[in-house]
Amino acid sequence: MLHTVNKSPFSSDALNECARFASTGSDILLIEDGVYAAKAGSAYEPALKDVVKKCAVYALEADLKARGVTALVPGVKTVAYAGFVELVEKSKVHTWL
Amino acid sequence: MKFAVQVLEGPYNNQASDTAYNFIKAALERGHQIVRVFFYHNGVLNVNNLAEPPRDDRNVYARWTELGRDKGIDIVACIAASKRRGIKDGHIIEGTRISGLGQLTDMAIEADRLITFG
Amino acid sequence: MSDEMDNGGGENRKKIAFVMRHAPHGSIYSYEGLETVLIVAAYEQDLSLIFAGDGVFALVAAQDTSAVGIKGFIKTYRVLDGYDVNKIYVDRESMEKRGLKPEDFIIPVEVKEAEEIAAIMEEQHATIPY
Repeated sequence: MLHTVNKSPFSSDALNECARFASTGSDILLIEDGVYAAKAGSAYEPALKDVVKKCAVYALEADLKARGVTALVPGVKTVAYAGFVELVEKSKVHTWL
Repeated sequence: MKFAVQVLEGPYNNQASDTAYNFIKAALERGHQIVRVFFYHNGVLNVNNLAEPPRDDRNVYARWTELGRDKGIDIVACIAASKRRGIKDGHIIEGTRISGLGQLTDMAIEADRLITFG
Repeated sequence: MSDEMDNGGGENRKKIAFVMRHAPHGSIYSYEGLETVLIVAAYEQDLSLIFAGDGVFALVAAQDTSAVGIKGFIKTYRVLDGYDVNKIYVDRESMEKRGLKPEDFIIPVEVKEAEEIAAIMEEQHATIPY
């Protein structure tokens, strides 16, 4: 299953809950303000590293670029919108608002 | 594949409309069918035809008309949510329509994938 | 489009889960979410309701919205059983973190661990977040 998160981990519990309910091996895609979770060196990095151990974590390139997030937590992969669509092709999707 | 898209937030206040639009464009490019876009909660504000966004920014309403009128995608605003927010027939953008929550149910059942933006 | 659909339930019923994660009253997610549940329920699909995060607050029986001037909807949860919507799941961690117990809720619920809810979500045809 694919899970998408669009809220910053500093303002919302969405990513924490998503990670708790995501089955091992599932995909998590960070979009919009969700991409701030992927920023290297933030206080959330240790938490995201744990998520990366359990799930494949992706961040949407356009949203990273729009927010000036360049250095990413190790293990986070980037995708374009086409890659977002490919992840949705692969499995059902749930959105954590 | 058949994709269905639900949008729960209004334009400009949130990025949901923009992300939904960009996702839909990418999905169409990869050959998928968008069975319906359903606007709910403040998402119904996406079909308001009284808005005049500044010209130096994107026009979210024109994008939905492009997808609805030009690409033939069924774009529906929930009637109950619309009534609450002053969205009504005669005041909605071209290429969209107002209908009931049954439309959401139908697309959730029929589509291979239901994706929500909010 | 409708001729391809199975609105009458039966063997082709689709599993659809609503994941309720918003508190009531502060935003409309919870209320309009419940309105959707009631409509989808009329289509006789195999529905589940999952309450997690602040969504668990929506089920608290002791709600009285009269002084804020907002229409309360807590009693509406009681009609779900009449629509055969009885897979009502509450995430244990969310509930306990918020100092709630099953007795606080307006309707009977099944308290589930995160892994169980993950498994329920995985088996759905579609999941709808409110």
